[in-house]
Amino acid sequence: MTTIITRESAEDQGVGVKKAGGFTASAANYIDERTSISGAVKELGRKIFPDHWSFLLGEVALYSFVIILLSGSFLTFFFQASMAEVVYNGSYAPLKGIPMSAAMSSTMDISFDVRGGLLMRQVHHWAALLFVAAIGLHMLRIYFTGAFRKPRELNWVIGFILFILAMAEGFTGYSLPDDLLSGNGLRIIDGLIKGIPVVGTWVSFLLFGGEFPGTDIVGRLYSLHILLLPAIIVALIAMHLLFVVVHKHTQYPAAGHTNQNVVGYPVLPVYAAKAGGFFFIVFGVVMLIASLFTINPIWNYGPYDPSPVSAGTQPDWYIGFADGAMRLIPTGWEFVWLNHTYSLNILVVLIVVGLFIVTVMVYPFIEAWITGDKREHHVLDRPRNAPTRTAIGAAGVTFYASLWAAASSDIMATHFHLTMEGVIHTLQATTLLGPFLAFFIAKRVCLALQKKDREIVLHGYESGRIVRLPGGEFVEVHQPVDEYERWKLVSYSDFKPLMLRPNAQGKIGPAEKVRAGLSRWFFEDRITPVTQAELNQAHGDHPAEITDK
Amino acid sequence: MAKDDNGAEDVTAADSPGAQLATSAASTAVVTRDALANPGFPPHRPRITDLEHKEERKAERTVYTLFYVSIVGSVFAIAAYMAFPIVAEDPGSVRLNNLFIGLGLSLALLAIGIGAVHWGKALMSDHEGVDERHPVRGTEPVRARAVEIFQQANEESGFGRRTLIRNSLIGALVVFPLPAVVLFRGLGPMDQDPVALLNETMWKKGVRLTMDPSGTPIKAADVTLGSSFHVIPEGLSEMGHGRLEEKAKAAVLLIRMDPDDLIETEDRKSWSYDGIVAYSKICTHVGCPVALYEQHTHHLLCPCHQSQFDVENHCKVIFGPAKRALPQLPIAVDAEGYLIAQSDFTEPVGPSFWERA
Repeated sequence: MTTIITRESAEDQGVGVKKAGGFTASAANYIDERTSISGAVKELGRKIFPDHWSFLLGEVALYSFVIILLSGSFLTFFFQASMAEVVYNGSYAPLKGIPMSAAMSSTMDISFDVRGGLLMRQVHHWAALLFVAAIGLHMLRIYFTGAFRKPRELNWVIGFILFILAMAEGFTGYSLPDDLLSGNGLRIIDGLIKGIPVVGTWVSFLLFGGEFPGTDIVGRLYSLHILLLPAIIVALIAMHLLFVVVHKHTQYPAAGHTNQNVVGYPVLPVYAAKAGGFFFIVFGVVMLIASLFTINPIWNYGPYDPSPVSAGTQPDWYIGFADGAMRLIPTGWEFVWLNHTYSLNILVVLIVVGLFIVTVMVYPFIEAWITGDKREHHVLDRPRNAPTRTAIGAAGVTFYASLWAAASSDIMATHFHLTMEGVIHTLQATTLLGPFLAFFIAKRVCLALQKKDREIVLHGYESGRIVRLPGGEFVEVHQPVDEYERWKLVSYSDFKPLMLRPNAQGKIGPAEKVRAGLSRWFFEDRITPVTQAELNQAHGDHPAEITDK
Repeated sequence: MAKDDNGAEDVTAADSPGAQLATSAASTAVVTRDALANPGFPPHRPRITDLEHKEERKAERTVYTLFYVSIVGSVFAIAAYMAFPIVAEDPGSVRLNNLFIGLGLSLALLAIGIGAVHWGKALMSDHEGVDERHPVRGTEPVRARAVEIFQQANEESGFGRRTLIRNSLIGALVVFPLPAVVLFRGLGPMDQDPVALLNETMWKKGVRLTMDPSGTPIKAADVTLGSSFHVIPEGLSEMGHGRLEEKAKAAVLLIRMDPDDLIETEDRKSWSYDGIVAYSKICTHVGCPVALYEQHTHHLLCPCHQSQFDVENHCKVIFGPAKRALPQLPIAVDAEGYLIAQSDFTEPVGPSFWERA
């Protein structure tokens, strides 16, 4: 009896398409009867994902994280997160007999005594650098195409937190080998924390378990690095992807694409093949880099010692903007008042960098408030079609880039034979003025591109062919765009600034005034999309003979 | 219920689920009646592999060849693991081990990846599918039911009605994590006063200046004009416990200059010895070692954030984010001609902290 029912139900769900009793069918049936997984396959198996190269950036981030988990798990089997002093006695001759922490010594052993150990260390480090970079680029893609708009604001925030956690993972991991360079990084963190008013000194002592550097910090960072932070990251990535499924992926404007549909390839088989294959490509590229290029050669730096340091010290790239911000503070920003020291040279950095990243986090809500836009958006903006947003982004990128460049101020000075002071003063100027300039330029470029789009829609492409009309006039032949190409150029909305409206008491509050002002600023200088009437009119202007036929 | 209906309607007005996905919906978007129409999907263009059987066969060959190549790569990586062992004290062997295992694995991974993507692009059906979108918010009946469930739960539990229970529960939930916070006090030492520790170093009257890291005492006569020494206090190099903590405060840079170049204040004239000056090596910005000495300008440079200090002028800051001059260690010479400290530093060394005055 039981067997018969089983077969029937398997056939009902279409699981056993092969002949009943085949191994695949029985296995699928076995699992489904215990998990109800056929429902998930039905829901997700043919789910549509749109194709675009820029959608791969998030995938790169996800895959780098998987690579980090795999290589990191390998490293934990060899690494000793202890600052107990040992005398190095491994294969690397120049450091033989030198006292160092067990953390440094075991990292040396991974590099010089475990076959493939250096490879895994380098895979881990390169993948970490790629992880943060891919998240950053993914965020830029989301930002400049407006993919953070309703209903995806919360997913932007989750992604932003992941970006911060990725940097935290990077920094904690970077500090684990307890080498000279990472020790100096921790020294800077210690100095930063000590500069915080009221609690700074105590926070530093709690973090380091006493005076810097102490013997606790590596073990503590290790707990964060391999347990707490990865657990939070995994949970947030799960939420992030769940939201992608719930919202369905955005798509670029194109013929046939609407706000009510999503066009692309089904998960099974095409998307699975492409995305699954892409994981191996990312892994392969990271592996190739790790086998060819050295990263973080701690054997050149030696164990941490508070006294020596080499010129040209730099953090991993993603901490550069914060390190650069510290270098840009002018001399003397510190004062003593009422027997307490106020370290503005540190506080200003913490506040400015903090404000900057918080602004990034809440930007979707700011823009929604300014525009008053409460609709769902599933078709992306081409960056030119949201000129003010694109300009704000350009300003932010310029600000970040200036801080980032400042982290290499000494390298720039020595390589290009400039004075240290000159480099710093220039970067101070670009940090403060550059964003305004970038805003202006980016906005003008967007408007110019929109005008170009209008021109192409109305009059076609310039073909470069000059013909002489019977009347003797020379004209250039314009090639009209086809209707599919044209749709990409005209499918965007025109917005009007919010109007000032009195509330129920007939009053207009200051917040509303600010909002209306910002909305005016956000939507001024608009280029409207071409309308049918304009298109007809334009075609009337162009007799058939000058379009290329 | 009526209230809920209103609420729902308010949301609907701003955000009507029926029309919200349409381009013509509310807010500030300008509705153009005259907008161009979406032309729909362009005609599908078949691929070369759809049209020509030969190309399809070729693509198939490429894909399975790549998968076989991947197997070769994996086997190569295993072989390289054995064929390129690490030989003690031979960094070249590490390099070869790293390179060949890595290349084998790269080949294995890239071939799978490229093969799978090629399969997907060239051979699998390339007809795009279309999914319908629905508003993210739940449908009205679902939302109404959700509200109903919460109301029912509220009635059945009395959560809104029994305010004493509710408020005391909230209070308990707020307070219960506090012991956990207190437990973390144990991260820091119980028996130390951070401020006292930050205010003192190993230096005291009569302690000899010794070389870092050997611990050899330095004779004043051995410090030639223009030279600089990295210095630690006598006894530090033999310390076991707490060596790095002491060194992080006591590291000193010793420089001999032409006494005529030194601009010394009256009260510090006795702190140097015949042009030899000793300054804390720990940057007053965030604590990096100020290790780079420019001999001809007599400037010290911190490599971390480029603060510059003028040795001629009591190591005052001349550029960069630091504010305070490097603390000076008063030095003298003992009976045997060795350099000694006259006392500890007269101020805390290293980065600023709140309690520092």
